Amino acid sequence: MHEDQILLSWVPRLRRYARALAGNRDDADDLVQDTLERAWSKSALWRGSGEVRDMRAWLFSVMHNLHVDGIRRPKLATVLMEDDTPDVAVAPTQGERLAVLDLQGALDLLPVEQKEIVLLIALEDMSYADVAATLGIPVGTVMSRLSRGRERLRSLMEGRDEPVRLKVVK
Amino acid sequence: MTPNPPPPLFPPITEAELHALVDRQLTPERQREIEAALASRPDEALRVESYRAQKRELRALFDPVLDEALPQRVLRAAQPRTPWYLQRLAAGIAIALVSGATGWGLHGGVSNPASSTALAPQGPASITMASATGFAQRAAVAHAVYSPEQRRPVEVDAAHEDQLIAWLSKRMGAPMKPPHLQAVGYALEGGRLLPGGQGPVAQFMYRDESGSRLTLYVSNEIGELGTSSGTKSDTSASMPTGANQNTAFRFAREGKVNVFYWVEGPFGYAISADADRAALARVSGEVYRQLNATVR
Repeated sequence: MHEDQILLSWVPRLRRYARALAGNRDDADDLVQDTLERAWSKSALWRGSGEVRDMRAWLFSVMHNLHVDGIRRPKLATVLMEDDTPDVAVAPTQGERLAVLDLQGALDLLPVEQKEIVLLIALEDMSYADVAATLGIPVGTVMSRLSRGRERLRSLMEGRDEPVRLKVVK
Repeated sequence: MTPNPPPPLFPPITEAELHALVDRQLTPERQREIEAALASRPDEALRVESYRAQKRELRALFDPVLDEALPQRVLRAAQPRTPWYLQRLAAGIAIALVSGATGWGLHGGVSNPASSTALAPQGPASITMASATGFAQRAAVAHAVYSPEQRRPVEVDAAHEDQLIAWLSKRMGAPMKPPHLQAVGYALEGGRLLPGGQGPVAQFMYRDESGSRLTLYVSNEIGELGTSSGTKSDTSASMPTGANQNTAFRFAREGKVNVFYWVEGPFGYAISADADRAALARVSGEVYRQLNATVR
């Protein structure tokens, strides 16, 4: 693949993860756009004989940093005018729809550090070592957050919200 | 003899292993061992099934994003930004002046015109790129306007280099010492002050043995652009030798005129010439080297 097309080839997967992480389309695409711009500004790292070996871990790590460090553009109430193509309406069956809303709602309630890990593993099938490298944390931390995240998600979806002993850090 | 034999002995199952089972990150033997053990541990078995269901539902919920049409702004951000700005130049009054002065054609030269048009920047995400556009465009026009001048190519000639340096440094508010390019075949002819987008801009004119001219255009209006403009629009083969790998060099071409430009701190530098790209890369590398030698 030509180097110029490398980032483009990652866009669908970056968008999938960002959508799950950000929870809505506009915020997710803001995050993807910022990630791509950052990736181009650091292109010496991955083009030619750059030092990046695992492009996926690197790109998702860029996205992670942008997401958690709040480097994103100051949020103004904006409405995008360019994407005026209406979304194709897909009518889900009632059962699917309820399950979907439950999952999305539960996901929104997960602390970001748990949500990231649950999502990288579910959506990207990342190995625990790759998750650790992407997020810059030890594998042991990945495992404990994965465990808490999945259990939290399960209890939220079963409607028995467990008391959360974790301190909420603002 | 025992009607209920004790369960088989195996190492205890850790929490991490339950997840590794869900994620198929165990060795095959361990996978089988744990699956067998779960038969007599309904709570854990239920959790494993629940986590597997979570994964399936997450994929079902978000996999459709993979097949969505990409929004324009994301598509643009995924593409390298190449010489589209010279296309925009073609739309302006400036190009009429340029064509008249130098015989630049409006045809040819710009690579991939279809995507260039599609990818022309708009909106807030492109503010920094728009700034670079204006800079490169002004540099290209300044070259085209002054390089054909026979009688007054410069305001202050190289015989008065000290005055030139003092004058431009004062007006630009920063030391403006023209690099010496004899090593790459160009002699300094002099320089001039020009209006930029918001204030003064310096242009230095050089000439090779055959009389071909090259201009170095220096602006300090770029500001923060340097931190976010890292698109190197062409292959690394065009990188001036000895250049810092972190500097974003951009290359553009229209007709016979090549432009190499980059941003360093608050300054933008553009080198324009009719010379071929390899020659221009050599000159750019030399300019870059000298600028950094003096800055340090």
